[in-house]
Amino acid sequence: MEIKKRVPVMEQAPEIRRTNFDEVCLGYSEAEAVEEAKRCLHCKKPLCVTQCPVSINIPDFIEHVKEREFEKAARVIAESSSLPAVCGRVCPQEIQCEGQCVLGKKGDAVAIGKLERFVADWSRENNIDLSQTLPKNGRKVAVIGAGPSGLTCAGDLAKLGYEVTIFEALHKAGGVLVYGIPEFRLPKETVVQHEVDNVKALGVKIETNVIVGRTVSVDELMQEEGFEAVFIGSGAGLPMFMNIPGENSNGVFSANEYLTRSNLMKAFKEGYDTPIKAGKKVAVVGGGNVAMDAARTALRLGAEVHIVYRRSQAELPARAEEVHHAIEEGIHFNLLCNPVEILADEKGWVKGIRCIRMELGEPDASGRRRPVEIPNSAFEIEVDTVIMALGTTPNPLISSTTRGLEANKKGCLIAAEETGKTTLEGVFAGGDAVTGAATVILAMGAGKKAAAAIAAYLKNK
Amino acid sequence: MDVAAPRVAKSANPGQFVIVKMDEKGERIPLTICDYDKIAGTVTIVFQTVGASTKKMALLAEGDYFSDFVGPLGQPSEFIEENIEELKQKKIIFVAGGVGAAPVYPQIKWLHEHGIAADAIVGCKSKDYLLLEKEIKAVAGKLYVATDDGSYGYQGFVTDLLKDLIEKEGQKYDLVIAIGPMIMMKFITLLTKQYGIKTIVSMNPVMVDGTGMCGGCRLTVGGETRFACVDGPEFDGHLVDFDEAMRRSTQYQTEEGRAEIERQEKETGHVCNLGLGEHN
Repeated sequence: MEIKKRVPVMEQAPEIRRTNFDEVCLGYSEAEAVEEAKRCLHCKKPLCVTQCPVSINIPDFIEHVKEREFEKAARVIAESSSLPAVCGRVCPQEIQCEGQCVLGKKGDAVAIGKLERFVADWSRENNIDLSQTLPKNGRKVAVIGAGPSGLTCAGDLAKLGYEVTIFEALHKAGGVLVYGIPEFRLPKETVVQHEVDNVKALGVKIETNVIVGRTVSVDELMQEEGFEAVFIGSGAGLPMFMNIPGENSNGVFSANEYLTRSNLMKAFKEGYDTPIKAGKKVAVVGGGNVAMDAARTALRLGAEVHIVYRRSQAELPARAEEVHHAIEEGIHFNLLCNPVEILADEKGWVKGIRCIRMELGEPDASGRRRPVEIPNSAFEIEVDTVIMALGTTPNPLISSTTRGLEANKKGCLIAAEETGKTTLEGVFAGGDAVTGAATVILAMGAGKKAAAAIAAYLKNK
Repeated sequence: MDVAAPRVAKSANPGQFVIVKMDEKGERIPLTICDYDKIAGTVTIVFQTVGASTKKMALLAEGDYFSDFVGPLGQPSEFIEENIEELKQKKIIFVAGGVGAAPVYPQIKWLHEHGIAADAIVGCKSKDYLLLEKEIKAVAGKLYVATDDGSYGYQGFVTDLLKDLIEKEGQKYDLVIAIGPMIMMKFITLLTKQYGIKTIVSMNPVMVDGTGMCGGCRLTVGGETRFACVDGPEFDGHLVDFDEAMRRSTQYQTEEGRAEIERQEKETGHVCNLGLGEHN
């Protein structure tokens, strides 16, 4: 076996997987995982750890995998992360842990994500109990939102002995893990439900169908229900639209709506009541992970799918692996073009999208080259469905109903980076609610830091 | 039906709604809050059986459960923030069509509890379909009933009755609040525009989450895109693009659903959503 090459992972073949919602990547077998673990050089100063937002002791858990001590490996990961089966699947490892792996300089980095996923899946299949906590101390903390940041914060506080209740607006816990990321990247019944159950096993209570700001206020939680501290992990769930003509035509959806119908409401499955308009020929506007997820969902529902993105392939914000999967599955990429109008028939249904071609100019503030319109280059693509995947912003509901809790111009809560402390005493925040739309693992990192800060705050109170 | 939901009952205000889900495989459907009892911890909902979910709901018996019941959602009616003394100076009339009587009731009741007697028009197909007559009568100033077939009260549509009240009886209203099918609200706003009467409508587009995360319920109000679930459901009726809203609400109509509506119309003789065609 060649040291420079990572052990390849089994995947469903593109022509088969494009017709089903089963997971694309099948993960390592025990033998493959051990083989891959042997490649790790066990660096004295491991750079991979410094790039992990929750600082998992990576060389240590990989060493256990090498020795076939899978349970020990799971315990090492559990010290730092409550959602390893999720992170092993959806983290952009290429720019985090794997991006700094020494082996990556001359060949392939160690497949840290795939190994983490293997360990998490193995411990689920073997019913490993990771629910040890300190004795309960009787002090109550409320967590708003059951997404990655809230689950992490709640799990960490429960391990320290706090009585934690999570309040979730939807009918299912998981946030973007249940409504946003599709089944073929992140299985819900097995993986997500199990990770949520693990957090519950630590003693965390989850109250679904509670919208903080409507059903109950932050003040009521603290003054009437006895919560001594609150963590806000309500995410960034408000979809953006382009505000171009025709955007309210029938057949134009936000990616959030399309994905919520498919993932959370299971509209793609027989026997579920929620409908979805699959479309025959679909344009997805945007180039992030959400755009890829929406495109690949539409493809599986039977559509011909076109991504429309205003920059070039090099600037696509989606993970390289997902773009690669999308291309393999037959998604068409219309790069360097920007929609200017959505065209509708006389009954108001989408019949096409008018775009203008772009070229790349000087780099903008984000360092990416700015797309500039090429004059007189408008053209039309005939489609019957348009999905807008332009990004999301935080929902202003909590900041607008909580006196003293301040948000910035973009609606993001103002919170200290290291502690998550907001402008309101005893209230902490983290994840997309503070940063705007980012990644699962960054939200988890923020939840972790806030849990430590909340514990410190309550000790001194 | 009354649903035990203490948190929702405690926070509910007139104008708001809930989302219910029947069971594991069910869809999320929005329903307006008809009444609430903060002490008993119950919320009253009224629904019309029009599709698969509401048919299932009609089969529920006392003691059964919804798998999910979330709320209160949306902004409360604007008037609850207003100065009560100023509100007392205004002549308000509610116009309810069909099950629109349900969301109208808590609003009139709230005003009644604050010493304001608002009038109400309730319209329906025939006497058998009249909802909440006693309850509304008990809290309203004057209650007018209109039936399509003349089986009770005024014969004709609510728009005709409102027009008669203004033109024939010389009533002067400062505020009209109309809740019912979109076509009814559209024609009420066209009518009140002629008289320059401020008109509030409660929009009922297709919804999924009801918390502002999908934009499925988006409408154009005063040229801007708004989400009915978080910015509404109540809006200034003269600014709403009703034609777009009605078109968008057909997005998920199925062949089966259309056939069911036609069947009901045949049975009852009420041509739902089409009866106001004479105004076109």
